[in-house]
Amino acid sequence: MTSLDIHIDEADSTGIKPLLEIRDLAITFKTGGGDVQAVRNAHLTIMPGETVAIVGESGSGKSTTALAAIGLLPNNGRVSGGQILLNGEDIAVASERRMIELRGNSIGMVPQDPMSNLNPVWKIGQQVRETLKANGRPSGPDDVAKVLSQAGLPDAHRRAKQYPHEFSGGMRQRALISIGLSCQPRLLIADEPTSALDVTVQRQILDHLETMTKDLGTSVLLITHDLGLAAERADKVVVMYQGRVVESGPSLELLRNPQHPYTRRLVESAPSLASRRIQAAKEQGIETSDLLAPAAEPVAADHILKIQDLRKVYKLRQGMGKSSDFAAVDGVSFDVMRGTTTAIVGESGSGKSTVAKMVLQLEKPTDGKILFDGVDTSLLKARELFKFRRRVQPIFQDPYGSLDPMYNIFRTIEEPLRVHKIGDAASREKKVRELLDQVALPQSTMQRYPNELSGGQRQRIAIARALALDPEVIICDEAVSALDVLVQAQVLNLLAELQANLGLTYLFITHDLAVVRQIADHVCVMEKGKLVETGSTDSVFESPQQDYTKALLNAIPGAKLMLPPEVA
Amino acid sequence: MLRFILRRLLQVIPVFLGTTLLVYYMVFALPGDPIAALFGDRQPPQAVIDTLRSQYHLDEPFWVQYGLFLKNLFTFNLGNDFTGQPIAASLARVFPVTAMLAIEALAIQAIFGVAFGVFAGLRRGGWFDSTVLVASLVVIAVPTFVLGFVFQLVFGVQLGWAKPTVGATANWGTLLLPAVVLGLVSFAYVLRLTRASVSENMNADYVRTATAKGLSRPRVVMGHILRNSLIPVVTYLGANLGALMGGAIVTEGIFNVPGVGNKLYQAVLRSEGPTIVSIVSVLVLVFVVANLLVDLLYAWLDPRIRYDQ
Repeated sequence: MTSLDIHIDEADSTGIKPLLEIRDLAITFKTGGGDVQAVRNAHLTIMPGETVAIVGESGSGKSTTALAAIGLLPNNGRVSGGQILLNGEDIAVASERRMIELRGNSIGMVPQDPMSNLNPVWKIGQQVRETLKANGRPSGPDDVAKVLSQAGLPDAHRRAKQYPHEFSGGMRQRALISIGLSCQPRLLIADEPTSALDVTVQRQILDHLETMTKDLGTSVLLITHDLGLAAERADKVVVMYQGRVVESGPSLELLRNPQHPYTRRLVESAPSLASRRIQAAKEQGIETSDLLAPAAEPVAADHILKIQDLRKVYKLRQGMGKSSDFAAVDGVSFDVMRGTTTAIVGESGSGKSTVAKMVLQLEKPTDGKILFDGVDTSLLKARELFKFRRRVQPIFQDPYGSLDPMYNIFRTIEEPLRVHKIGDAASREKKVRELLDQVALPQSTMQRYPNELSGGQRQRIAIARALALDPEVIICDEAVSALDVLVQAQVLNLLAELQANLGLTYLFITHDLAVVRQIADHVCVMEKGKLVETGSTDSVFESPQQDYTKALLNAIPGAKLMLPPEVA
Repeated sequence: MLRFILRRLLQVIPVFLGTTLLVYYMVFALPGDPIAALFGDRQPPQAVIDTLRSQYHLDEPFWVQYGLFLKNLFTFNLGNDFTGQPIAASLARVFPVTAMLAIEALAIQAIFGVAFGVFAGLRRGGWFDSTVLVASLVVIAVPTFVLGFVFQLVFGVQLGWAKPTVGATANWGTLLLPAVVLGLVSFAYVLRLTRASVSENMNADYVRTATAKGLSRPRVVMGHILRNSLIPVVTYLGANLGALMGGAIVTEGIFNVPGVGNKLYQAVLRSEGPTIVSIVSVLVLVFVVANLLVDLLYAWLDPRIRYDQ
């Protein structure tokens, strides 16, 4: 009875009734180990036309809450308490028949991963058409094309006849947005709608989504792990942590004056909001000046890597025996100084990973030279190449794919030592223990398998494996892109610490400029295979010369938000 | 697409030569004299034996025999078997019977296997799923000849629903009982494959998205789960068609079906090289065509697969 009173009160004071109201929501999952409460006492109100963001790391319950609001909890999950009121109707107890009526028409959804959310075997147009049809709207070819072009897909009639695999990630997300909004729902649930996309595409898509929902007067429930993005796009932010709402309020207010310790940590570690390079020594509380900024005082012009006019041309098959040349990397030159971090930034397809592969000697350059410690790597013979691999080690993006699931952690880290015939069994075990200490994992981790570890822990294992051979250069190919912000911050700190202690040189490949600012001394910006801008991180961030770099910088979510320096 | 089909058909040539050569050699290497076996306990005059041997080229070395077989094949004259019957004529008798049996068995597997598999997969862990799983395990575990004799006894003799043996009256009706026996084992595999595929696809992101669009449950199942789940099943069914066309020696034996299996079995007993290799030659073609059909069906089911590149 009391909750109803509050509801009436709110309606009275503003004159407008909330569109969605989540009260005391509890969600329970049935698992092999008993019931797990994924969400408890969650509160949330969305007024008509308002955008509310739920922010939190994976496992915080933010997606679960959103899925409950459209009645799409996984089979083992159920609403175990509270109410989800849509226009006053409790949809937590609504029948499946009623939910089918509401989905599409009243509640739309834009899912997270555009790669997996379109059915690969149906044409895009068909997937839009069935949405219109299921919700009783006109669904002729022109209606479908109209819906698609409203989401910013050019040439919609032709595009409708294509399959998802013929679309780029950004186009697929546009198609999914068009599906989510095709029946003009009152509420749109956008679950990390752009986290799988490049920053510039992300910006375009979010801008477009904002325009569309404004025009239609749609309320948006935005789910994101990126506080900067949430603050920029939403009127209100709700912070969730371990299944609870820990803080909520108007976006800027919450960002400038976070109350809860978790929100404060989030604000501090949000890469898009942090403004300075991580100082590893400072994190440890050591105030020795030579540890503070190893990059600031490098040995004079000691270039461990010199890349000269590097080119990589792929032949593209065009059928009928014809092929055309495609320059993935086109005349790239830069130097990397020992003990520093150089970042190569660009969007997918810019050729940044191809450069990394060539430096690692996993791909042969078509043209140009890579000098490692003064030696041209293309002239290395098999035995020298083997020795070269000891000195240059990679860390890859996907900590799930890059560890062999059948190897336990000890074997994973020990393998490079065994391959390079270093030490005996006892000394190798000692080394593995040391490495685990270095990456701050307990030694007992040795007996475990990758699937028993979290993403952050796995990436630490990958780092330990890369360090096993005491390399001089580590090539990080999107090494933190798959991690949650807080974990990402931890791993970046670890990398900075290791650099300070071991004098490592990093070549950091990333699409995320926010990460670059935190870790790199020098930046190389790549676009379509060419190096468009290079310089020290500070100079590139403070006075970018090229339009492309400016566009990239502008696209960082939250970049324009003004924060007091003590928070940032 | 046409280039792909052409390339696949050209691949038949080395496959064909390889398999026939291998089978021909194995028959050649069999111990015992097929001519002596023709006469049983009686000892024919040496002159008769020699005439027969040279008539069937059994006195020639292996390469000559194989060469003659190829020559016959390309002139569409498969020669005569040891009873003097033209091989081509007997193949024309047995293959249609086995084809009918195979199609019936395949239809049973496909229709019931997929239907049961979808229901089981959608309600994984439910009572239907559990029952069907145990039942399919029983079917897989029981050998075909036990199943065959039990069905023959129960449905053929005791209940009288079908003719216990087929004999010369092979048609769709009389072949139904052996087809059920033949189809049951693969039915269990199709069911399990469909079930696994369906319950995996049910958790796919695009299925959740389809539900979020406001589609009703039947539309989600038909449009977004079924077609995606059929891809591995089709592969299995295609490979199975080839196996079924090879004739089921045990099942055809039990129900006295005058099909490829029976014919092949008798030819092996008599070491009749030309008959065995002729049957194998046809089977090679059947396998190649079945696999080609699977590949084409595959591309139709999954538009991401294109063979032109």
